[in-house]
Amino acid sequence: MSTLRALLKNPQGALGLVIVTALLVIAILGPSLAPNDPEAFNFGSRFAAPSAQFPLGTDWYGRDLLSRVLVGARSTVLLALLATLIGTVAGAVIGVVSGYLGGLADEMLMRVTDALMAIPSLLFALMILAVLGSSAINAVLAIGIAFTPGMARIARSVTLQVRSLDYVSAARARGESLIWIVLAEILPNTIAPVIVEGTIRVAFAIMTLATLSFLGLGAQPPAPEWGLMIAEARTHLFRSPWPVIAPGVAIALVAIGFNLLGDGLRDVLNPKTAE
Amino acid sequence: MSASFLLRRLAYLALTAFLVSLIVFGVTQLLPANAATMILGEYATPEALAALNAKLGLGDPAWLQYGHWLGRVLHGDFGTSLRTSQPVGPTILAAFGRSAILAILSLLLVCVIAIPLGVLAGTRRGGKTDLGLSVISYLGVSLPEFVLATLLLAWLAGPSVGLFPASGYTSFADDPLDALHHIALPVITLAIILIAHISRMVRSEMVDTMESDFVRAARLRGLSRRQVIYRHALRNSMLPAITVIALDVGYLIGGVIVVEEVFAFPGIGRQLILAIQNRDLPMLQAGALIMALTYALANLAADLAYAALDKRIQYQ
Repeated sequence: MSTLRALLKNPQGALGLVIVTALLVIAILGPSLAPNDPEAFNFGSRFAAPSAQFPLGTDWYGRDLLSRVLVGARSTVLLALLATLIGTVAGAVIGVVSGYLGGLADEMLMRVTDALMAIPSLLFALMILAVLGSSAINAVLAIGIAFTPGMARIARSVTLQVRSLDYVSAARARGESLIWIVLAEILPNTIAPVIVEGTIRVAFAIMTLATLSFLGLGAQPPAPEWGLMIAEARTHLFRSPWPVIAPGVAIALVAIGFNLLGDGLRDVLNPKTAE
Repeated sequence: MSASFLLRRLAYLALTAFLVSLIVFGVTQLLPANAATMILGEYATPEALAALNAKLGLGDPAWLQYGHWLGRVLHGDFGTSLRTSQPVGPTILAAFGRSAILAILSLLLVCVIAIPLGVLAGTRRGGKTDLGLSVISYLGVSLPEFVLATLLLAWLAGPSVGLFPASGYTSFADDPLDALHHIALPVITLAIILIAHISRMVRSEMVDTMESDFVRAARLRGLSRRQVIYRHALRNSMLPAITVIALDVGYLIGGVIVVEEVFAFPGIGRQLILAIQNRDLPMLQAGALIMALTYALANLAADLAYAALDKRIQYQ
């Protein structure tokens, strides 16, 4: 509760929280908020500019862009959250185990994460997709895997700080098992930095997911995924910019929201690194 | 910079390059149960599969396949493209050269704009420039390259403005002016995204430096604000900026892939996407390996520059 209060006092955090909350509401209610049928063709008003009837304009079939963006919100946000969750959980577990065990196991795991981080993340995601094949779920997996090494680094560095504290020694002296110590004693302490990093990663996940769909490797037509909508709009680019602007602004707005929230959380949860 | 530091760093580069080659090969060739199935599709005849298996040496144990592949790559032989039946090496190197021009022009533009912008914002913390920059950099960090590229394309290459060609490439050797005209939009797109990143980093470094003890000491000695900024603070903020720019080469590589696709620029990113779409395994491996090694080399260059410029750092 105190975190929430502090977050609301932080301008970035408050703005981010508002945007992200609004977004989650839209993601849940999305289809019922849509003013028009997102699939209905209106050949009388193709490539329309924004108007009272079509607040964000229409596309090449005269479909209402606002309705399509609203319907696309659910899958875009859910998939990005899922990708981040996969990367965060896998990374946190690997990082904590590696940091707690130390020695040779730690050394080897960290060399592997070094090598994985030596590959730019979009390139790594593309390589994984080349193998798995193009689909929205595979894109989620690829992003999750690409996020894992960075997350492991962060969780490990926190674990190294926590490991030598008295309460962990006490747990060891009580004879607790390795799994218990890692899960119940160390993991909870890594949660704050991992959540901060995870929130910022959601913004990356949304952008990367849209990019992969744009390249034809993520969501497949006729899904109303935002990146895919822009890819499809390219054929009609010079007729009207609105089919690109509507989903493009949606992607940017969501990414801004999670970036602001992440920066705000970092200031609140870890005052030491605050600017 | 000591010789032992240089040697250690080169050994580290060799290790990274080895592990990266292992990952590139492992992910692309060994993960699927059978790469031949991936190439030919799941409805391929058993005879065709067997023939391709033999051609690619897929019957051999994994380590042997990797050894053969690495041996050929080290001799500059990246194999034959499955899509065009042409040797991969010359194709990918020519594409890499074009992408390198694109990337270097973007980085130059970024350095010229982002560093002064960050310094200005950092030294006038809380001012209008600072606020404006932080809003713009939030936008830049949150806008994917493909959205910006498509919007710039629709606006600046559209029939009503028509300032730049929508796609294509001309070699600088053939016609420098036309080449510049064609490469302008991709460069502008990449530069805008990177300026958002780098100016923000330079700003926060500048803020830290301006608050440090030695800057305060310089001010107390009676040096003017101007002298302190240019002779003391700027130099110290430039060192971290080098690291940030090297790290951003990772973003830049991702950006290059996307931007080349939007503007139909015949570089290494476009080759990579074509290779993925056509399941062209040798081309994919060569493209991924070269891009990852470029990133590793950029980091090496940054480390060496940092060590050479900062006399305090004595790497052991």
